Amino acid sequence: MAGDINLNDLLRRYRTHPFEDYVVETPHTGKIALKVEQGQEVKGPSGKWGQKPGTLLFVLERERNPKKIYSKSTGVVSEVRTDLDDTFVEAGEPLLTIQHRLNKEEIIDRILKEVLSIYSAPQRARYFLMPEIATQIEKDIEKGVPIKKGDEVLIMSLMKRDTILEYDGEPGVIYKVYFQSGQTVEQGQPLLGVCPPTKLQYVQKVVQRIRTEWDE
Amino acid sequence: MSVSKIDMEDASKLLSALIDRINYLIDIKKDPEWADLDELLERASALRQAQFELSEEEYRSRLERIEDRVSFLEDRVAEKLTPAEIVNIVRSPQRFTLQDILDNVYDSYTELGGDGERNVDPAVVVARATISRRVKNKIYSHQVMVIGHEKGRGEEFRNGGSAKPWGNAKALQYMKVAENEGIPIHFFIFTPGSFPIEDYPGAAQQIARNIYAMAKLRVPMVSFISEGGSGGAEAIGLSDMRLMGSRGYYSVISPEGAAAIEGKIREGQRVPKELIEKCAEQLHMTAADNLKLGTIDKVIEEPALGARRDDFAFFRRLRYEMIKATDEVVLNTKSFKTFRAYALRRKKAEEVESTTFDVVVNWSLTDAETKRLLVHRSHKYRNMGTDFVIEPEESSLPGLKDVKEILKNCYYEARYGLLKTHRRNFQKVLAEVSGEGSVLLRTVTEPVKAAYDFVFPEPERPKRLHRANGVDTQSIFLEEWEQYVSPLANEDRTVTCPNAEKYGCQDLWVPDLYGESCGVCPTCGHHFPLEYQWYLKNLFDRDSFQEFNEHISSGNPLNFEGFGPRLKRDMQRTGRRCAIITADAKIRGIKVVVAMLYSNFRSGTVGTAEGEKFVRACDKARITRRPLLAYIHTTGGIRIQEGTLGVVQMPKCTLAVREYIDSGGLYIVVYDNNSYAGPVASFLGCSPYQFAIRSSRIGFAGPRVIRETTGEDVPPDYHAARNALSRGHIQGIWDRKDFRKNLYDALLRMGSPSLYYR
Repeated sequence: MAGDINLNDLLRRYRTHPFEDYVVETPHTGKIALKVEQGQEVKGPSGKWGQKPGTLLFVLERERNPKKIYSKSTGVVSEVRTDLDDTFVEAGEPLLTIQHRLNKEEIIDRILKEVLSIYSAPQRARYFLMPEIATQIEKDIEKGVPIKKGDEVLIMSLMKRDTILEYDGEPGVIYKVYFQSGQTVEQGQPLLGVCPPTKLQYVQKVVQRIRTEWDE
Repeated sequence: MSVSKIDMEDASKLLSALIDRINYLIDIKKDPEWADLDELLERASALRQAQFELSEEEYRSRLERIEDRVSFLEDRVAEKLTPAEIVNIVRSPQRFTLQDILDNVYDSYTELGGDGERNVDPAVVVARATISRRVKNKIYSHQVMVIGHEKGRGEEFRNGGSAKPWGNAKALQYMKVAENEGIPIHFFIFTPGSFPIEDYPGAAQQIARNIYAMAKLRVPMVSFISEGGSGGAEAIGLSDMRLMGSRGYYSVISPEGAAAIEGKIREGQRVPKELIEKCAEQLHMTAADNLKLGTIDKVIEEPALGARRDDFAFFRRLRYEMIKATDEVVLNTKSFKTFRAYALRRKKAEEVESTTFDVVVNWSLTDAETKRLLVHRSHKYRNMGTDFVIEPEESSLPGLKDVKEILKNCYYEARYGLLKTHRRNFQKVLAEVSGEGSVLLRTVTEPVKAAYDFVFPEPERPKRLHRANGVDTQSIFLEEWEQYVSPLANEDRTVTCPNAEKYGCQDLWVPDLYGESCGVCPTCGHHFPLEYQWYLKNLFDRDSFQEFNEHISSGNPLNFEGFGPRLKRDMQRTGRRCAIITADAKIRGIKVVVAMLYSNFRSGTVGTAEGEKFVRACDKARITRRPLLAYIHTTGGIRIQEGTLGVVQMPKCTLAVREYIDSGGLYIVVYDNNSYAGPVASFLGCSPYQFAIRSSRIGFAGPRVIRETTGEDVPPDYHAARNALSRGHIQGIWDRKDFRKNLYDALLRMGSPSLYYR
């Protein structure tokens, strides 16, 4: 089955290389002073608002303006171009790569993103599932609730005005509901994840396997 | 009574009391090992356990030994209490709270707007209460409004008496109720400081509103301070008589906060105990110190180690003193010196320990008396701290200054007061008569009007700026640019805009940025800080900026260790004597009085010299009928090294502002860079027109203080001007390039008709 092969491929891909690689390039020309070494662990921004910068990667100086470049992600430094240290470089020069090891949830998220079609909120409002769909989901989420284009799935409630939203994506089965009924959802945030019916079982299986077997 | 004479039940009660007393000593010393207090506590606890195992005689003798030891230690502690220990007394859970005062000082009370936790802010308690006195076997009761902080008896929701902005708003609401009903207000201050959050109505802005209202509240007010934590205390602290418990403290900052600043302690690190003790001493925060500085009126004696919940003798004393203080305030407003005032004074002179009264005073005031009350209040606060202002004599002829002052007052009163009012009334009548439209009448009134206009010509209206060649120009910066460029521009390098990542701003070449761009990022509009001189040159008309009171100098009134050299260094570096510049200036022809706090001198902090100069600027603006502009280049708050002398600048300056605004003045505040704490929470935050230069920050406490007091972190842009605008703290945000134009527009649109150019 096509879906089967696809998912296995996906899984294999993550097994052989469970990393996300971030290539750090120079934002503009300037003289480089590297501040990290090959294999060094670096941290991404932290704090509630991401206000504390990550590890200092390098300083790029142009026109006597030393600009500090911080790591945007947590991981291990690799492929450092030490030959460029203390030299003048052009803009867009790849300087190092940060290998970010993916954890279970990040992998599941990525797989789901690739497989599911996401229905996101058209605007900031409170959302409810249509009552009949809600009952069906309550009854049996495992089996899935099939929907197709044109089905009325959601009620968007804003300032006491209710608008019924029709589903307009690929036909499939509601695999995941990302919001609580009556919750306010920001514009662009996911509401529903719809899975093609053929892939449903495999998705469930893969997620299950990652959850239980993956060691971090 | 000797321990051997009391019965066993009382003896066990005595033991419990002894354990409390030992714990209290541990609280004060903050060190259980001092004089083996922990061992003594263990002995007392063991005795309680062994009560039924020991013979009565043995039990009594051990009890007696413990009591002797405790009494001895108490005497030893009381003999030499350090300021840091007084702070510990105030913070002890055994110290009396407002609840004890309501129960014991007042006959009866009804709490308003609160029932325990059900309260808009349980840290602030408001009650209508009755207080009574006995005169010649007859009881007389008075109605009062009681407003104070409640620290609570271990109740977490009371927040240790730290009032939230809405708690202070509640206090203000009931002050107005009391004013409406004409009853005196008794304030009780038990706060470590205000809760530093910016949510509407805003910690700083609400305190400012409270002080502004109290400055002219038309009822007698008496306050009692037990724990006076800076701005939080001032929110309900401006009163006609300020009393203070002898074991209370009243301070500009907690000793821990001062120690962290003085010792440059990094966040999260422990502040050394010795440094805290030293700062507590240097801040002059005890009752005796404050009485000496003149920031309070009277000290109410407490027991040697401070009054606790069951010190009923102290509560009797407090009742007497509250009544007496209110009497004094009321009697001071009488037009003639009454015998009752004499009787009160005589009692004061005798310093009797009595708590009875010979006289009754009615606490309601007539209109004339209210007027006198407000005048007295004004004098009281205006004179606070003036003894510590360093002011070298300007003129060689003594008395010449006063004569000049009087002449000037007469001139402005005649020119803009008498003549203008008279003229306006006359014009009104003329307009009425002419309005009838009768040709006949107009022929009569025209010549009269012409004659009148000849005698009192229209004052010159402000005109648009003219270039030297006479060509009228719309650009307000063109000509100024030719004369002043920030010295920051003299560097050949680029800088990165802090918003570069968000908006993709290009690197900025410094000569361009600080030259043509006026320190503003052309991509995102971020304003880089500029030196205050830039504003002097670019905001006002050429050569119109004339400073006054330059000779008033900041000092070190408390002899704060190590502060003198720092002050000297700043004076040498800036060539100025204090952190405020006051001046006469013109903006497109309109004369204004300017007060300007700037960053280079002690971070724009306000002390006695700054306060005095500000008050004089207010008065000058009032007398000359000119608008008053407070441009805050930066202010870091009240200067902590001046202790409460700095704190009282809050009510003092606010009072001057209030009197200026009440007389019809236009007071505009413009914040730039960083404006925090005391000044914002008083004479700046009370302005009806507050604007901010883009990218500036306005707030009550900085992020570190917020984190340390509330335990919650705040977002990096918490104090940003745009957020202050969203919260309703300011009236608008101005771009630096439009500052002059906006200010000119504001001067034309706002303000009362009594201003001279109206």
